[in-house]
Amino acid sequence: MSAATEPATVSGAGSHDHLVDSPRRRVWRRLKARPAALVALCVVVVIVLAALLAPLLAPYDPTQQSWTAVRQAPSWQHWFGTDEVGRDVFSRVLYGARASLAAGVVSIVIAVIFGVPLGLLAGYVGGWVDAALSRLTDAMLAIPFLILAIALAAFLGPNLTNAMIAIGISATPIFIRLTRGQVLTVKAEDYVEAARAVGNPGWRIALRHILPNVLPPLLVQVTLTIAAAVIAEASLSFLGLGQQPPMPSWGSMLNSAQRFLSNAPWMAIYPGMAIFLTVLSFNVLGDGLRDALDPRAK
Amino acid sequence: MFTLIGRRLVQLVPTLFLVSVLIFSLQHLLPGDPALVMAGEEATPEVVEQIRKRYNLDKPLPVQYVHWIGGVLQGDLGESMRLRLPVGQLILQKLPVTLQLAFMAMAIALLIGIPAGVISAVKRGTATDHAVNVFALAGISTPNFWLGIMLILLFAVKLGWLPASGYVSPFVDVQRSLATTILPAIVLGTAIAGVIMRHMRSAMLQALDSDYVRTARAKGLHERTVVWKHAVRNAITPVITLGALEFGTLLSGAVLTEQIFSIPGFGKLIVDAVFNRDYAVVQGVVLITAATYILMNLLADLGYILANPRLRT
Amino acid sequence: MRHLTLAAAIATAMLTAATGGAAAQSTLRVGLAEDPDILDPTLGRTYVGRIVFASICDKLFDIDADLNIVPQLALEHETSEDGKTLTIRLRPDVKFHDGEPMDAEAVKYSLDRHREMDGSFRRAELTAVESVEVVDDLTVQLNLSAPFAPLIASLTDRSGMMVSPKAAEELGDQFGNQPVCAGPYRFVERVQQDHITVERFEEYWDAENVHIDRIVYRPIEDSSVRLANLQSGDLDLIERALATDISAIRESGNLELAIVTELGYQGMTLNVGNGAAAENPLGQDARVRQALNLSLDREAINQVVFNGEFFPGNQWVSPQNQWYQESHPIPERDVERARELLEEAGVQTPVVVDFMVPNNPETRQVAEVIQAMASEAGFDMQIRVVEFATGLSEAEAGRFQAFMLAWSGRPDPDGNIYSFASTGGPLNYGRYSTETADAALNEARTATTFEDRKAAYAKFADEWLTEGSVLYLYHRAMLIAHTDRLEGYEQRPDGLVRVVGVTLE
Repeated sequence: MSAATEPATVSGAGSHDHLVDSPRRRVWRRLKARPAALVALCVVVVIVLAALLAPLLAPYDPTQQSWTAVRQAPSWQHWFGTDEVGRDVFSRVLYGARASLAAGVVSIVIAVIFGVPLGLLAGYVGGWVDAALSRLTDAMLAIPFLILAIALAAFLGPNLTNAMIAIGISATPIFIRLTRGQVLTVKAEDYVEAARAVGNPGWRIALRHILPNVLPPLLVQVTLTIAAAVIAEASLSFLGLGQQPPMPSWGSMLNSAQRFLSNAPWMAIYPGMAIFLTVLSFNVLGDGLRDALDPRAK
Repeated sequence: MFTLIGRRLVQLVPTLFLVSVLIFSLQHLLPGDPALVMAGEEATPEVVEQIRKRYNLDKPLPVQYVHWIGGVLQGDLGESMRLRLPVGQLILQKLPVTLQLAFMAMAIALLIGIPAGVISAVKRGTATDHAVNVFALAGISTPNFWLGIMLILLFAVKLGWLPASGYVSPFVDVQRSLATTILPAIVLGTAIAGVIMRHMRSAMLQALDSDYVRTARAKGLHERTVVWKHAVRNAITPVITLGALEFGTLLSGAVLTEQIFSIPGFGKLIVDAVFNRDYAVVQGVVLITAATYILMNLLADLGYILANPRLRT
Repeated sequence: MRHLTLAAAIATAMLTAATGGAAAQSTLRVGLAEDPDILDPTLGRTYVGRIVFASICDKLFDIDADLNIVPQLALEHETSEDGKTLTIRLRPDVKFHDGEPMDAEAVKYSLDRHREMDGSFRRAELTAVESVEVVDDLTVQLNLSAPFAPLIASLTDRSGMMVSPKAAEELGDQFGNQPVCAGPYRFVERVQQDHITVERFEEYWDAENVHIDRIVYRPIEDSSVRLANLQSGDLDLIERALATDISAIRESGNLELAIVTELGYQGMTLNVGNGAAAENPLGQDARVRQALNLSLDREAINQVVFNGEFFPGNQWVSPQNQWYQESHPIPERDVERARELLEEAGVQTPVVVDFMVPNNPETRQVAEVIQAMASEAGFDMQIRVVEFATGLSEAEAGRFQAFMLAWSGRPDPDGNIYSFASTGGPLNYGRYSTETADAALNEARTATTFEDRKAAYAKFADEWLTEGSVLYLYHRAMLIAHTDRLEGYEQRPDGLVRVVGVTLE
């Protein structure tokens, strides 16, 4: 989330619109005008709350097995049915939100914290710094994302934290590359040339003029990468490199559900829908934010 | 222009070298002894020792690396421990399959993604925009393997329209080839279509608000000309980059999809090799996909430059 | 890059063109659970590879439906009084796929190849063989260093597969890419991870009983997709269907199911002597291991995870097997007794156990059920899911306290126990080692009659099943599902697919 809120405070600076109200308020006003984004924001808030309040909300212990109630269809007792060892799927989906959200958000934060500054540096400074960073980025990007993540997670050791770090590192190069590409485009714009001609120092131009213009496409990328990260977490859990049993994550739930698609489809439907809904909400929200943050938008 | 291409080609060398070092070290950092995996249920100490010897696993890592890269430079990618086949031969077997799937998926993605992105940007804020958006987002937000299994259950098992899985080469039977690859291509394509559509829309919005579009409009040009000729031409640049990047990932990223549809391509080859610690195969496949990917990047950058004349210096 | 692509495309076109257009023939399409490894009997090491070998490589002996050893390429055999020579008479007029004669010279060649080839996986099974002698054209004599009862059983598996000496000489260690044996089908082609095609061998010694022209093996790892292919008619037979899909298969109307108990087992290996991880109550005190054993309800595991379709077990062979020790029945779950044992052992509960689990959805589910069961008796089984390759290295290095281990099984009980329980055994990951166990296991190897061998195992079982380092859990049902167009299919206990005598409508 920090990646999404941070730009709101600086975005107005690069614009040459008339500032009738504070940038923060203007963003909020624009966001309010987009019902889809607001709905998505609500869903995200609900999901985050569900994750935080899982112990209060869950009707059952998510690890409590019941061998007489294995793979039962949804009912009033078990809203989402039970899984292959008789655990309540609803409770597991609630708890699973913790792992999946953490995987999505933490890995993005890692990728942004490392990727954006390095991209700015490469794009703005140029020269051998750019060359070195670009080669490294190219090399990392050239290695398939999942293979890189698998290797890193296996190397760090199998648990959720390491999986998040691995996904974050694997997602970093795309942020370096995208930031750098945008910087190169923006650098050629007239107002940046103008700012340079007036004698502004380099860091000031980078921060005040370039960064704000780089943010919108980055934000789009962030929302997309959250989707990839949630799915990457599922893949790593599948490989035994993510969440360890008995605690659930949506990814590991989907993977155990795979064997029972025809005779217990609810085991796959609900965690699948949870992933779908979460990713969709982040995407719609990111989309709304992108429009709201756009300094040139009316 | 030509010096630029030349310079980029020269840059390939250090990048590929970095890739080779990265993948070699990552792979050897992984826990798990390939000799033990190879020996499996028959793991007597002598057998394990023999395997280590045969594949130089008993030598220090730098020696192993030099040994491997030396072979690569002479066109020898090494031998699969599990299958005792030259890695080059394995790659030649898989490449056409993966390329076919990647092209089909990319075609689906572009055919859906670009028009959808343009329409959504032009009709910004309308119901059409929202509908297109939701469709694109749905594509991105659905886990691949889930969609794949759902499609198999629907089209192969319930309706019986298409074969459930497997692969037929187009040189044998074009129709059957399309029938076996259309579902996985849809799974891969719809996911990328969403990505492309969103970037296209994003770029179009910027382009439509830009000075040159305003100028074009002020000149009284027809709106359709403004949109398709001026705005799209400028907006398509980041989409080209992205398309190339996504194509690169398609070469090896179709892991779960290939698994579910039993498509014998790169994705399956590499994952099996990772599980079996079949070092030469992982290294060889990653190196080849990386080289392809980097070439794609080069093309994308050229696209950037062609579409953005101010960078042509 | 362009040239490479083009060349590859042409290569595939030619490869596939050569195999197309054989429509009028009958083809059996078999769905395998994995892609087989190399198809060389000397170098092969996977269960799934044996399924393909079953059609291309005949063996000296085979097993029948009741696990009796019956001749295949051999006609009869005789073991000397002292148990140190084994004489085998061969079936006359048998040819390899390349037309070479399958005679005593070829048998000697094949056995020597198994015994001596660099990287051979057969060496351990054949260590007792000191030399192979050609007596006449159709007689070979195996000279042993000591009596070795399990030897003939080994000759019913890959060690007993005969290869054409001419082809083996020519191809060397690439033989597996173009195997030439004496089975009912000839190897035609293989595309890795896609298919293996074999076709009927006209000069097979039992050719009149081979009715299907071709077999195509296709690896499809996802079991639901494998079943979907069978249901949609894209496959005719699948191996290793899931227990939880049995009802779907039975209800489908046009599918049939063959079920046998596997020769192997699924168990939990406990670390009793492999490095520092063994230095804990579970590794040091047999009472704690007994407590863990008593905390488990094997029938409940079977019901919960496998719909009751598998077979609970507590020994290295299944309760239906003739080598099963009746004096050690499957223990009932007794949580009270388990708690008492922990108290007697004076350990602090919960007993924390590093529980390494290979990453396979079914195994993981079993592990989760065990975790819940054991926690009621005072164990905290901390599951650590590892991928297969990592698991092997961790097990070898002793970085585990409990480890879920599956064994595919051998026809002779020795193959299920010796390497796991004897001092220095390569699969003895828990490093269990006592002189008494070693002595009993060796006695079972050298004794020649069934009664003597079983008596030796009885002594061993008294020790191993109370103090040992493996807790046996269950035996899988090998589930082979096939279309009802397949007539005369008979399932043997090894789970392999044999097609001699089978017809496809």
